[in-house]
Amino acid sequence: MIRAVNINKRFGQAHAVSNVSFDIQAGGSVALWGSNGAGKTTLLRCLLGVIRFRGMADIGGLDVRRRGPHARALVGYVPQELAFHDDARLGSAIMFFARLRRVSGARAAESLAAVGLNGHERKRVRDLSGGMKQRLALAVALLSDPPVIFLDEPTSNLDASGRGEVVEALKRLRSDGKTLLFASHRPDEVILLADRVFVMEQGKVLSDTTPSALWPTEKPVQIVRLFLTKASEAEAADALRKAGHAVHLNGRGLCVAVPRGHKAEPIATLARSQIEVRDIEVLDDLQIPEAKQ
Amino acid sequence: MSSMTAPSDLPKKSVPAAPTRVGGITLFARREFRDALASKWFLLYTVAFTVLAVAVSFLSLSGVGSQGFAGFSRTAAGLLNLIMLVAPLMALTAGASSIASERERGTLLYLLAQPVSRAQLLLGKYFGLAAALTCSLCIGFGISGGVLAWRTGGVGVGAYATLVGFTVLLALAMLSVGVLISVGSRRSSVATGIALFTWLALVFVSDLGLMASSVLFKLRVQEIFGLATLNPLQSFKMAVIVNMNASLDVLGPVGAYASQTLGNGLPWVLASSLAAWIILPLALAVVLFVRRGSV
Repeated sequence: MIRAVNINKRFGQAHAVSNVSFDIQAGGSVALWGSNGAGKTTLLRCLLGVIRFRGMADIGGLDVRRRGPHARALVGYVPQELAFHDDARLGSAIMFFARLRRVSGARAAESLAAVGLNGHERKRVRDLSGGMKQRLALAVALLSDPPVIFLDEPTSNLDASGRGEVVEALKRLRSDGKTLLFASHRPDEVILLADRVFVMEQGKVLSDTTPSALWPTEKPVQIVRLFLTKASEAEAADALRKAGHAVHLNGRGLCVAVPRGHKAEPIATLARSQIEVRDIEVLDDLQIPEAKQ
Repeated sequence: MSSMTAPSDLPKKSVPAAPTRVGGITLFARREFRDALASKWFLLYTVAFTVLAVAVSFLSLSGVGSQGFAGFSRTAAGLLNLIMLVAPLMALTAGASSIASERERGTLLYLLAQPVSRAQLLLGKYFGLAAALTCSLCIGFGISGGVLAWRTGGVGVGAYATLVGFTVLLALAMLSVGVLISVGSRRSSVATGIALFTWLALVFVSDLGLMASSVLFKLRVQEIFGLATLNPLQSFKMAVIVNMNASLDVLGPVGAYASQTLGNGLPWVLASSLAAWIILPLALAVVLFVRRGSV
């Protein structure tokens, strides 16, 4: 369904995406995992055909550079933060995209209802909460029932409640056979939604793996995100790996898998190595084992 | 949002389709037109142009000999100077913010991620703004024309309509230049700054530059005329003067040369100059926008 061959993108001298190739079958769900600047967003933009790149990409057999509009008709795109005109009313905004996607007004209304935004049509976009904006973006992405959905950190600006709602919707899409390609900083989302993970760094796909290979989900674990100084992250990752933890660096701290009830272990490990932990976040992934059953 | 369900439960279509080329352009044009009508700049420019046009009409007709064609010519001459200042300013700034502001707000990426081409988006925005600008100018001309008809007894209606037509051509030409500036600018404020500089250059500097060049390089009249037609404002001015049945002799030897050499073809040459200023910057803007490596 999605094919990329030797995708390269440079901004000046910097390689944003470097020789990336992959194939994603219809119904597959792939997470892009990596630090800030790893090239996840740029790769999504290349695949959408909205920026120029070297190499080849096609969606549903359509070359995104030569047949961009037709290829994009097969894709629903959910950005990190919804970018609608702030003055636009929700109803007229979705109607504009419905016409672009050649679907009826009735279907637009159904899409809004499906994400729980019916009754808010008169509200202006600037008056919507972050969660409502993401739900609107999801409604727009799914207007024409496209077979492919691209999501660029769709929950990064949401609170726990909003995040859970979006993840639930994406789980349903996945079970409906949609092909998902999404960038995420959250291991819990990757575990719940992806069957493959592309680990990216400096524009390259370092490994094409599975969530279970990255995170030990066969026994109950929690993901703890540790916030350290940038300079100490690599040393801390080494120390934690030596102590037997699964560790992954990304743009928002160091994610460590720990057995339940042992959240303080990584902190103690780092303290022994005299590495200071500035902050800690326990990701709400308690349902991971159940979800995998 | 506990009721949130995936819209894939909705009735399925076979294959999602992109809009036709014309359909995509029309959609963006309609949205741009609607947004422009609701915007403050449209209201401000329309009110300012209308008030000034009506004021010029009243003042021109208040003097001696304000009846009949003399009154119309005097008013048209007054409007000419107003139009040369206001219409390019309106069009250049509107065009300059068109793409750059979308880029700055982050909405451009989202629009380009839809099943449309860059050319469709740019042309749609251009046509929408063109329609809004034409409306704005027509409101001003309409009210001013009412005053004129009331005081002159409807003399010169055809010439007045031609004045409106040439003004719309000038505005569309300046809108093309504004859109070209916008395509090349990352920030809306930069685009607006360049647009204002361009306006100053076209309205004031080029006139003075042409005068200085003609003295300095001892240019021949045909060369001065050729250079003058390169400036859309000069083409517009000459076209309106010819349209008022006035002799281009008022513009000195260059005007006399143009009248004698081109005769009845002169309005067409000047209209062609304006048409070229519409088409060429817009075509260049489309090419640059389509070939642009980033959003």
